[in-house]
Amino acid sequence: MYKHILLAADGSENSLRAADEAIKVASLVEDSQIEIIYIIDFDDIKADVLHSGSKVELDHTRRKHLIPFEEKMKAHGVNYKTTVFNGYPGQKIVEYANDQNVDMLIIGSRGLNTFQEMFVGSVSHKVFKRANSPVLIVK
Amino acid sequence: MNYNLKVDVIVVSKIKTEWFSNVRGDILSGILVALALIPEAIAFSIIAGVDPMVGLYASFTIAVIIAFAGGRPGMISAATGAMALLMAPLVREHGLDYLLAATILTGVIQVIFGIFKVAKVMKFIPRAVMIGFVNALAILIFMAQVPHFIGISNMTYIFVAITLAIIYILPRFFKAIPAPLIAIIVLTAIALYTNFDLRTVGDLGTITRSFPEFFIPNVPFNLETLAIIFPFSIALAIVGLLETLLTASIVDEMTDTESDKNRESRGQGIANFITGFFGGMAGCAMIGQSVINVKSGGRGRLSTLVAGVFLIFLIIGLGDLVVRIPMPVLVGIMIMVSIGTFDWGSFKYLVKAPRTDAIVMLVTVVVVVATSDLSKGVIAGVILSAIFFVSKISKIKVVKSQVNEQTIYEVEGQLFFASVEDFLAGFDQSVSNENIVIDFSSAHIWDDSAVGAVDTVMIKLQENKNHVKIIGLNKSSKKLVDQLAVYDI
Repeated sequence: MYKHILLAADGSENSLRAADEAIKVASLVEDSQIEIIYIIDFDDIKADVLHSGSKVELDHTRRKHLIPFEEKMKAHGVNYKTTVFNGYPGQKIVEYANDQNVDMLIIGSRGLNTFQEMFVGSVSHKVFKRANSPVLIVK
Repeated sequence: MNYNLKVDVIVVSKIKTEWFSNVRGDILSGILVALALIPEAIAFSIIAGVDPMVGLYASFTIAVIIAFAGGRPGMISAATGAMALLMAPLVREHGLDYLLAATILTGVIQVIFGIFKVAKVMKFIPRAVMIGFVNALAILIFMAQVPHFIGISNMTYIFVAITLAIIYILPRFFKAIPAPLIAIIVLTAIALYTNFDLRTVGDLGTITRSFPEFFIPNVPFNLETLAIIFPFSIALAIVGLLETLLTASIVDEMTDTESDKNRESRGQGIANFITGFFGGMAGCAMIGQSVINVKSGGRGRLSTLVAGVFLIFLIIGLGDLVVRIPMPVLVGIMIMVSIGTFDWGSFKYLVKAPRTDAIVMLVTVVVVVATSDLSKGVIAGVILSAIFFVSKISKIKVVKSQVNEQTIYEVEGQLFFASVEDFLAGFDQSVSNENIVIDFSSAHIWDDSAVGAVDTVMIKLQENKNHVKIIGLNKSSKKLVDQLAVYDI
């Protein structure tokens, strides 16, 4: 069954809707856990460092991304944990999902950076092609 | 004895992780960085107005020395655009030897900065200034390319365009070899076998296929020389450290590790000091190259060492081909560097950030572009934001209210030299025979001027036979008032 559900979170509208679906799946399966995975994109780090006054502020902004997800989880009383990595989102999510043998991967269809997706394709498409587990893409 | 043994074990294990925990990744990424460094080192030499060898030697020696002396494993330091732009006027007016002497002095200053832990001062440089710094740098690098491609030949424009197309389109299909290198190889080959009207690197300088040698710059050792090089060295030391520490923070963030910023400052100094004696120009950490290194899997000191060593072997092996590289290809690569350096989030920042921050950012950029001197822009930006900060916190409020025959003045804010006038204006000093209370619960008294202002108010009011009481002073404010005030309680 879907015990280990990996939810890709980037703070976009779609990823928040993906969180709702993840909660629905998790509530059907006993002993299931949602793992919220958040990837800090290598390409954003220069701008992030430049635009934050201090390390403390930077970490605080990052944490804020995850708060809405954690609140949803708490509100529905599902078992969850949070994992944060640096890297390229598509590549890192697939790597981690396959490595951990997750039972299901849930991801929003579009991320925050719609401009970039026009050129390099969406993260969800990349994940969908390469992940070994079933993938639920949420519109 | 036991304790020493423990320390030794820690040191050895630290050396192991910093050097040999990621050998394969470090070697591969180091090679990649060396390939990406060559065109930049040549282009930055041309910006500085020196032979390509000066930048190439600098990139070799700085990278190798920083591998050992730096405080941020995995960061790449070499000849950079920011430094090249600063030294151009010195080279133009006094020649290469003065640049080498200035490089040595830059090293000395940076070592002193490192010893006095100047890295800590970084936190006083507001982000608006740092954003202005990178944007100004990007604009200057772009502007430095203009004379190399505007109005030279039609073929020049075409080569610049093809270079940019290769750099931006190719990586979507093929990532193993850096696209700028492919652009260089393909376009140099085409230029060699055709007869296009193009300038080459060889038209602007020569390449020597040998290791750098130790020599003492040929400058008179007197105060006049010092007077010439010192302003440049100070500017180079500041700008080099600024870019280095910014790069270190970015690498820290990317690798999720910490680094020793003071050791890095000292390391930069040592690297520049030695580089000057080996015919290289002053350099610093490079944001772009360090990001390439980390992205390609480089984490340890080995990656920096490999980058430097592989670079010099490439030059010794392929020096004859390097002079054939068409200038427009280098121009294309530098346009990419400037696009990559520019902070594209700045436009949103200009709209969303507090007005004063936006002004500081713009002033930093304008001053740099007007003076072609990054250090002047940074200093102007820091001073301006300090003034804005002082004016922001100097807003003091004095609220008057009437309770049971008593006049109460509530003071709110920071009382110091910049806010005393507003403070004084808040009191009606013409009244007489009244009961007056001045409440400092929401205020802080900072300096002599502040105590002087409190004195003035007290003395004026007491002269008019008012009964005045001061309440709510916090501990340190009270201490200051007790020490300095002259009014009678």
